[in-house]
Amino acid sequence: MAQRVPRRLIIGVGNPYRGDDAAGVLAARRLRDAELDSFTVLEHSGEGASLMETWKGADAVILMDAVSSGSPPGTIHRLEPLTNPLPAQMFQSSTHAFSLAQAIEMARAFDDLPAAVIVFGIEGQDFQAGTELSPEVSKALPELVRRVLEEARGLQNTPGDGD
Amino acid sequence: MKSRTIKVDYLARVEGEGALYVKIQGDKVVDVKLKIFEPPRFFEAFLRGRRFSEAPDITARICGICPIAYQMSAVHAMEDAFGVKVEGPLRDLRRLIYCGEWIESHTLHVYMLHAPDFLGFQDAIQMARQHPEIVKRGLQLKKAGNEIVSLVGGREIHPINVKVGGFYRAPTRSDLAPLLERMKWARDAALDTVQWVSQLSIPEFEQDYVFVSLSHPDEYPFNEGRLVSSRGLDISVHDYDDNFTEEHVAYSNALHSVLKPHTPYHVGPLGRYSLNFDRLSPIAQEAARSAGLGPVCRNPFQSIIVRSIEILQACNEAIELIERYQPPDDPSVAVHPRAARGYACTEAPRGTLYHRYRIDESGTIRDAKIVPPTSQNQKTIEQDLWQFIPKHVQDSQNELRWRCEQAIRNYDPCISCATHFLKLDLERS
Repeated sequence: MAQRVPRRLIIGVGNPYRGDDAAGVLAARRLRDAELDSFTVLEHSGEGASLMETWKGADAVILMDAVSSGSPPGTIHRLEPLTNPLPAQMFQSSTHAFSLAQAIEMARAFDDLPAAVIVFGIEGQDFQAGTELSPEVSKALPELVRRVLEEARGLQNTPGDGD
Repeated sequence: MKSRTIKVDYLARVEGEGALYVKIQGDKVVDVKLKIFEPPRFFEAFLRGRRFSEAPDITARICGICPIAYQMSAVHAMEDAFGVKVEGPLRDLRRLIYCGEWIESHTLHVYMLHAPDFLGFQDAIQMARQHPEIVKRGLQLKKAGNEIVSLVGGREIHPINVKVGGFYRAPTRSDLAPLLERMKWARDAALDTVQWVSQLSIPEFEQDYVFVSLSHPDEYPFNEGRLVSSRGLDISVHDYDDNFTEEHVAYSNALHSVLKPHTPYHVGPLGRYSLNFDRLSPIAQEAARSAGLGPVCRNPFQSIIVRSIEILQACNEAIELIERYQPPDDPSVAVHPRAARGYACTEAPRGTLYHRYRIDESGTIRDAKIVPPTSQNQKTIEQDLWQFIPKHVQDSQNELRWRCEQAIRNYDPCISCATHFLKLDLERS
C-alpha cells in the first residue's frame, strides 16, 4: 500500500490589524523561519468554516490564537480540545463569531477532528484596531513560539494513514 | 412599576462585536442604543501617506468576511480618480470574484448564523447535530464560493491578486474549468437553500424602509451603477457626500449614516432586491416567486430568503461568466496616477460600501473615507428594535433577548468592519 505523507499543520489565527489579535499570526511568521520539515505553517483569519476546511484530512494540528479569559496579558494557555470542549468565551475576542472554538465543536459534531489537535491561546489585552502588540503579549511571543516548537517535535511522529 | 433587567454579555453569531442597550419601562420601550465602538477610522488614518496601489490590500484587511468588497470599492475609486476604465474580461473577472464573496458570505450567514434562530437552535453546532446533511450542504456551498475567491483572488482569506487596473495575473480558461462543475452543483444547492429557508417560520414585520442600493440598467448590481432609493433618489456616486451624511452619536464611537437631512435608510439584500428585482436572472426571479416573495420585500426577517436568492443569483452569474470567459491580452490596464479625487460604491454582501480618496500628483493617498454598510444600517436596526420589542415585551428575558439578537442578525451586521465587542443589555424597569 502506498504510504501517504502525513499532513501536519501549525495555524496562526488572527487579524494583524487588531492589536493583540495579531499574536497568533505573528507567531506563525516566526515559526515559518524555524526548521520544521514535518509541519506546514499557515496564517488564518479564524473564520470557522474555512478553518474546518483547512485542517480537513490533517493528522495533527496546532492552533495559536489570541484569547480573552481574564488571565494576565501574555499568559499562555495550552488546551486539548479532544479531551475537553474549548471554553467558547475564551475565544470571543476573535473577529468572527463562527470562531475557532465553534469550528472545533462543529468538526466534533461531524466526527471530523484531526487525530491530534492542540490549541495554544495567548492572553491578549487590547483588541482595538492597530498594528502594535501590547508589551506583555509581545514579551510572551517567544515563549509561545518555543512551546509550539516543543509541541511540534512531540507530534512529528504522529502516524498518517498506512504508517 | 415592575422592573426587569436583562443582561447579555456577548451577542453571538454576529460578525465581530458591538453593544446593544435596551431599556423597557412596564410595557414600553424607552431606549434603544446600538453602540458601535470603533469604525474603520484607524484604516482611514493608516491609508494616509500610502501609495494608491496599496489601498486594495490594506482595506481588504478591514474584514475577513468581505475583503473583496473592500478591494473592489478601493480599485474602482482609484480608477475613477485616474480616469481608467476596466472592461471586458477583466470586468467579468471582477464580477466573478464578487460572486464568490457573495456566495461564501451569504451562505455563512444563512446556514451558520441566522437559520439556527428560526429553528430554535442555540447555534449552528446544535443544528449540525440534528441536521448534519443540511449543515454540510451549507459548508459545501460556502466552500464553492471560497474556491472562486481563491482561484481568481490568489488566496482565500485576504486575496492578493486584485490591483488597481485589473489583476496581477488573469486565469486561463482551463484554470476556471473545474469551477464550472462546482458552480453547477452550487446552483442546485442554492435552489435547495431557497426552498429550505422559505419553509421557515418568519415573523410578520413589514416596515416602510427607505431602501438604497446601486442600480445598473442591465445587471443586478455589484461594481457599477448609480445610487438609487425607493424614494426617488438617483445620483452618481460622486454626489454621495452631498446626499448622505454621518451623524456623530453620543453613546457610540460610530457615526450613523443618514440620507440628508436626517432620514435613516436600509442597505443590503432587501434593498438591492427591492430596487433591482427585474434585473435578477429568470431562475432567481422564479425562485423568489416560488418562495412566496413579491418584487419588493419589506420584512427584514425574510432577509434570509432574499440572501438565499442572491446566492442563487451569484451562482448562476458565475456560471455564465465562466462559460463566456476569454482571457484578456493583459491582466491589467495601465494606470497613471495624478492629483485627483476618486469615488466608488460597490455592493458588499451586507450592502453599499463607499470609498473616497484624495490622491496627490505622486500617487500618494492624502485622504481616505470609508463608509461600510453596517454603519449605514445602524439607525435602521435601532428603529426595527423600537418597533419589534413591543410585540414581545411579555416574553421571558431569555426569549426577548434571543428575539433581539435575531432581529439584529437580519442585517448580518459585519461589526468587525466597525468595531470589536458586541454586548447586549436589556434593562426593564
